This record gives sequence, C-alpha cells and structure tokens, in this order.
Amino acid sequence: MIGRLVAYVPRRAALALSVFFLVLLVVPWFANDYLLTVLILIFYFAYTGQAWNIMMGFVGQLSLGHAIYIGLGGYTAAVLFSYFGISPWLGSFAAMLLAVLCGAIIGFLAFRFRVAGVYFAILTIAFAEFARIGFDHFTYVGGSAGFFLPVSNYSQSDLWTLRGKPIMFYYLSLGMTVAAVILCHRMIRSRIGYFWQAIREDEEAARAVGIDTFRYKLLAVVISAAMTSLAGVFFAFYYNNLFPEEVFSINRSIELILAPIFGGLGTLFGPILGAFLLTGLAETLTAALAALGVDVPGAKQVFYGICLLLVITVLPDGVWPWLYRRLGLAGRPE
Amino acid sequence: MRRGGVVPTDIYLNVAVSGVLTGLVYGLMALGLSVIFGVVRVVNFAHGEMTTVAMYLAVALFATLGLDPLLMMLPIAGVLFVFGYAMQRWLISPFISRPEHSQFILLVAVAIILANGLLIVFGPDARSVQTSYAFDSFMIGPLIVDATKTFAGAAAIAVAAALFAFFRFTRLGTAIRACADNYTGAQVVGLNVPRLYALTFGLGAACVGAAGAMLALITDVTPPLGPSFTLLAFVIVIVGGLGSMPGALAGGILIGVVAAMAGLFYTPSAKGMFVFAILVLVLLFRPQGIFGRRA
Repeated sequence: MIGRLVAYVPRRAALALSVFFLVLLVVPWFANDYLLTVLILIFYFAYTGQAWNIMMGFVGQLSLGHAIYIGLGGYTAAVLFSYFGISPWLGSFAAMLLAVLCGAIIGFLAFRFRVAGVYFAILTIAFAEFARIGFDHFTYVGGSAGFFLPVSNYSQSDLWTLRGKPIMFYYLSLGMTVAAVILCHRMIRSRIGYFWQAIREDEEAARAVGIDTFRYKLLAVVISAAMTSLAGVFFAFYYNNLFPEEVFSINRSIELILAPIFGGLGTLFGPILGAFLLTGLAETLTAALAALGVDVPGAKQVFYGICLLLVITVLPDGVWPWLYRRLGLAGRPE
Repeated sequence: MRRGGVVPTDIYLNVAVSGVLTGLVYGLMALGLSVIFGVVRVVNFAHGEMTTVAMYLAVALFATLGLDPLLMMLPIAGVLFVFGYAMQRWLISPFISRPEHSQFILLVAVAIILANGLLIVFGPDARSVQTSYAFDSFMIGPLIVDATKTFAGAAAIAVAAALFAFFRFTRLGTAIRACADNYTGAQVVGLNVPRLYALTFGLGAACVGAAGAMLALITDVTPPLGPSFTLLAFVIVIVGGLGSMPGALAGGILIGVVAAMAGLFYTPSAKGMFVFAILVLVLLFRPQGIFGRRA
C-alpha cells in the first residue's frame, strides 16, 4: 500500500516527505511539553481538517456544524469509559456508530429535500446548535456543568485507557493524521473519489451520466462524520473535560474548517499545511506579544484575523496550490 | 406547565406581546442580512459582530455623553452605513465572483477582528444601558407593555418602512433591485453595479446599526455575543424567506414569540431548541421561507 502511495509522488517530494515524517517521529525526544502541546493541536486540526475536507473539498458540501460529531464522539467514549469502564478504543466504535447515524439523518434530510449551498450550511449549524442546547439539559452527562474524566498524575502512560502523558497523545494524533491522509488518498483515487469530484464540479451532469448523487453525497457525510467523531474521542481524553457550550459551539465548527480552506481545499496536504501555518501563526503571535510585554486579551486574535484576511485576499485558493506552483511541481496539487 | 397553580391567561398575552416587540427588533437586524444577500449574494457571516459593534456604540455614547440610544439610533445607523459601504467597496468586492467558502473565510476574519477589537476596547464584562424609563410600562386593558420594548419595536417598524419605501419608490432603490434581478442586464443599461452593491451593503449595515442601538436597550452586550446574533439573523431570514423584506420582519416576530413562549412553557435556557426546530422544519418543508418565492 505504501508502495502504491509513493508511486504517485515525485522522488524529490517523496524524499522531503520521508525526512519530514522522520523528524516528526523523533521530535518528542527533543521537544519540551510546550512544543509537544502545540504539535498535538496542529495534528488535531490537520486530522479534523482532513475529515471535513472529504465533504467540502471532495464533494462540495459545505458543513458548518462539524462540532456535532466532535461532541457526540467525545461524549459517547467519555461516558462509556467513566460509567462503564469501557476502553476508548472500543468506545470509539460506539462513537463512530452514533456519528454515522447522526450524519446519515442530516444528510438524508438535506439531500432528500434538496437543501443545498448556504441552506445546507445553515442546516448543519442548526443541528449542532440543537445538540448543544440539548446536551446543556442532558443531566445524565452533567448538563451545562460539564462532564469530567477521572484524572491523576501519571508516571506511566496507559494506551488502552488513554490515560497518560502528552507524548502518548502526540503519537496518537500523529498516527491519526497519517492514517487520515492515507485513507483520503486512497478514497480520492478510487471510483468513489471520482464520483465525488464529478458531483462537486457539476451535480446535474454527474446525475446525467448515471451517478447516484444522493447515495455518494450521503456516503461522504457518513465517512466524514465517523472520522470527525474520532477527533472528538481524542479531544475528550486529551482535555479530560467536556462542556456542551465548548464542544458543540459554532466556534469549534469554524476553527476546524479554517485549516483546510487556508491550506487549500480539496487537496491532501492543504489541511496539514494550513494546520501548521495557522496554529504556528497563533503561537508565534502569543510569543511575540508576550515578548513585547503586550498583555491585552484579544490582541492576538485581532492579528490572527488580519493575517487570515490578508492571505485569503491574496491567495484565494489557499496556500498549498500556490506553493505547489512555486515549487515547480507539475499537475494538480495533491 | 409551571407547578403550583394555573398560569393566568393574561401572562400568555403579555409574554406574546413582549415577544412580538423584541422580535421586531431582531427582525430589523435580520432585514439587513436579507437585503445584503438578496442583492449582493454574499452571506454576511460578520452580521452578529456588526450588531455588537452597534450595541457598544450605543452603550459608549450613553455612558460617556448620556445620549439616549433612541436618539442615537440614526447616527449609529449612519456610522454602520459608512462601515458597510467601505467594507463592500474595498474588501468584499473582489470576492463577489469567488466561491462561497472563500467569502466565508473573509467574513469570519472580519468577525474575529471586530469581536476581539471590542474585547480590547471594552473588556469582557457585560454592558448595558440603564435609561430613566427602563422600568416604565403602559397599561392597555389587561396588558402590561414594557415602554422600552414598545419604543424599540415602533422604531424597528419605522426603519423597515423607510427602507421598504426607498427600494419601492426611489430611482436608486429601483436601480438596486435591477442589479438583484439581473446582474448583466443592470450593467448593460449602464448602472454602476459596484457602487450600488456598496450602497446596498451600507443600507444592510445601517439596519444592523439601528437594530443594535435598540438591542442595547433590551439586552446586555458582551464581545463574544456575535455568532449567536448571526445565527439568529439566519434563522429569522430563512424562516421569513431569504431576500423578502416583509418576510424578515414576520420571521422576527414569529421567532420572537416562539422564543418567549418556549421560555414560559418550558425553560428559558432551552428556547433556542424550539427556534432551531422551526428552522429545520422550514428548511425541509418550505425552503423558500414563509414569504419567499421559489427560485
């Protein structure tokens, strides 16, 4: 499988990628906890960006409510672990099942009733908001007071229960991101992937050549939902707390779509590059403002917003397609 | 139903009237979104942040100079008009022909800047306007109507009526409607479309300014309130019919009453669920909205 993956990539790029991957593998031996935390955040965004990209980048369905899958996944695995002692690895299956069900309902309603474009985006927000307020009143999982996982000071990391140090979460998030990239690469080059792109480019034409657009759009939603719910499981076990106002909030949905759009929609490396750049930018701003002695809440976000604004104005297709051309690589950016 | 006795009928009526008045103000805010989308075809994801900016303007003018938000409604609308005009002219204009997700990121960036700019200037605490008539009310038969909300609701109707008249009866308004109906046709007959778009965005922002000044009288404002206003505006506009002017006000009234009633019958914190349930139902069964026409 790796062989087939590499076969598509030019040798120079393959070499650069391997070096990059090796660096990421050994980074924890040299990095302090701060850098590790930043990298975990980057992988979290790279992974969720990859998952969201399946819907928007591959099939052209703009979802602004992906927080619902983060929240459902997080709550499911956290409750199964805290109340029943079930490992998050097993809980993940339940989380995915629930997210798939939820995605299928949203997708079914939207596509059956022809809710498209901006209306589809609003529908996804509505479901996420519905879940947020619902969980606020769901006392079994703590309601608006939040849900907490048992925490203690770990000397050893337990991979089976995901209780432990940042280094374990680092490798977990790295692994998830790599798996997501491989999965997306396989999908986009498969029959399904070509159907998806056909639907993205022209849905009427896709239907005319006999593609069951309803079915393939639904498939994209379901896969994206399942993948995003795993990020939710990660979120829950990494942060050890869940608040409906926090996990289901519209801000959560927005932050996870910034990286893929910033990096380059519909590409494989766009979400990753976007996650590195945006998280790196945010952390650099924090450090720079701290160094300058500026301690104004909101100042960092204003700069962040200005940078976002400038880049999207200058590079509307995202950074990766631009970089791809600058590097002199042929063909369409991956 | 609340425990411990029957709720008198008057209460329902009072809550309904209060919902109608609040809904009118929200409707005016949503009208801005509808006008912008109806003509410029850009979804203003910074709508809620612009609303909070207007609210803070009202709060600041009242706190420093003692100026009543009701009097400041038009000046604030003017400030927002200039802001909206400039934003469309220099920022959004190149994005008109770009895909929706590009526009989305642009406006999210604007929203982030506005919300955090407010945080820097005004701090994180909730602010409000306490006028001398804050607790006044009118007695109309069995009804007790809050004075502030009555003024706000009446002002919302007046502004909406003025805007409606502008679009219906003036040459400029007709020209803008021509741009909305047929972009190429408008260019062919020699209309300055970019300028008319900027004007429209300014008018939409002016609605937000007027509504924001009124909202400062009705609720507290904090910097992160933007997204919830944006969502509310979306819901109202979609329920009423995107692009329909009377629809925005009607949608505002409907949502206002439903939210008020849900607060009374169930619990205030869950009223959003009813609001979003209505949105989902409308999207599925009448996607053009109650007053909208099918495209």
